[in-house]
Amino acid sequence: MSELEQRLAGAVPRTRLDNERLARALRHRAASEGLLDVAYATLDTPLGELLVAVTPRGVVRVAYPGPGEDVVLEELAARVSPRVLRAPERTDELRRQLEEYFARRRRSFEVPVDWSLIRGFARGVLEATAAVPFGSVTTYRDVAAAAGSPRAYRAAGNALGANPVPIVVPCHRVLHSGGELGGYAGGLDRKRMLLTLEGVLPG
Amino acid sequence: MHLPPFQALIDAHAHELHRFLVAWVGPDRAEDCLQETFISALRAYPRLRSGENLRAWLYTIAQRKATDVARAAARRPPGPSLDGLPPGAEPSVGPHQPADGWLWAAVGRLPAKQRAAVVHRFVLDLDYRSIAERMGTTEEAARQNVSAGLRRLRKEVDR
Repeated sequence: MSELEQRLAGAVPRTRLDNERLARALRHRAASEGLLDVAYATLDTPLGELLVAVTPRGVVRVAYPGPGEDVVLEELAARVSPRVLRAPERTDELRRQLEEYFARRRRSFEVPVDWSLIRGFARGVLEATAAVPFGSVTTYRDVAAAAGSPRAYRAAGNALGANPVPIVVPCHRVLHSGGELGGYAGGLDRKRMLLTLEGVLPG
Repeated sequence: MHLPPFQALIDAHAHELHRFLVAWVGPDRAEDCLQETFISALRAYPRLRSGENLRAWLYTIAQRKATDVARAAARRPPGPSLDGLPPGAEPSVGPHQPADGWLWAAVGRLPAKQRAAVVHRFVLDLDYRSIAERMGTTEEAARQNVSAGLRRLRKEVDR
């Protein structure tokens, strides 16, 4: 390396970037300029670390640890908007309500749901599911019927398995007609824990 | 068409872009400039036609923001606090080391492509393939931009 090249290499100060300050400024400006289409954060809960995402319309995603944060965020970018930013304060209301729910101080969620990841029959199934109150259960057949196709209980099962907003839309309250638990996106242990929390299963 | 979540671009590129901007506009203005870069990028992001070489796209925006900042700074009357640069030098290029301030002023007078290439090569310590990736050029063009920049700088040094 020539002397000139060495001087070029040495002449710029090693200024550290303040990551947190940059992130704060960016999400604040993005929000105030209407550019924050999807805000997300991770929350520690008794069911593990949940990734939650909200849009200006409401809660769009609650994800269990399984698929991995990258996969969930890629899907949101592809299907909702690529303007996805980590912005915990946007999810504060949902965080508070989830904390109350897990502490048995809340029986229903008062946050709007953004249904944009859910279409057609699946939406009907999940809307029927959203109406099932805390502490009670229903069947795949009944939510299929409520969505307009009583015989499509398998399709209803698929729709519930793909529920983008579990807990908030309580797909854990849907069981087989015979009373067996059926399936759950977050795994049957989590379904059992939620039903125990709600007093449906013995603690 | 596939665009990654914007947060992934920030996480992957903020540090290097910041260093690039420190070299371009000085440490005091680099962070604001970086913020402007990301906000502009975020605004345009969903309309991008291709998700290829997003890094080059970010550098293009960063360079434009840096040039805006430098122009705005040049319009202000020079004060005594401008890093001891010689009169006529662009205050924006200041590496804030008076000893080599004039060398950085000379870097600041290079044509934009040579200047960017020189910063990539010597400040960020990148090889030619990486420079090409960031500038959206061929490796050969990156090499030529660096060596043309160096030639010009040598002339100034020898003067």
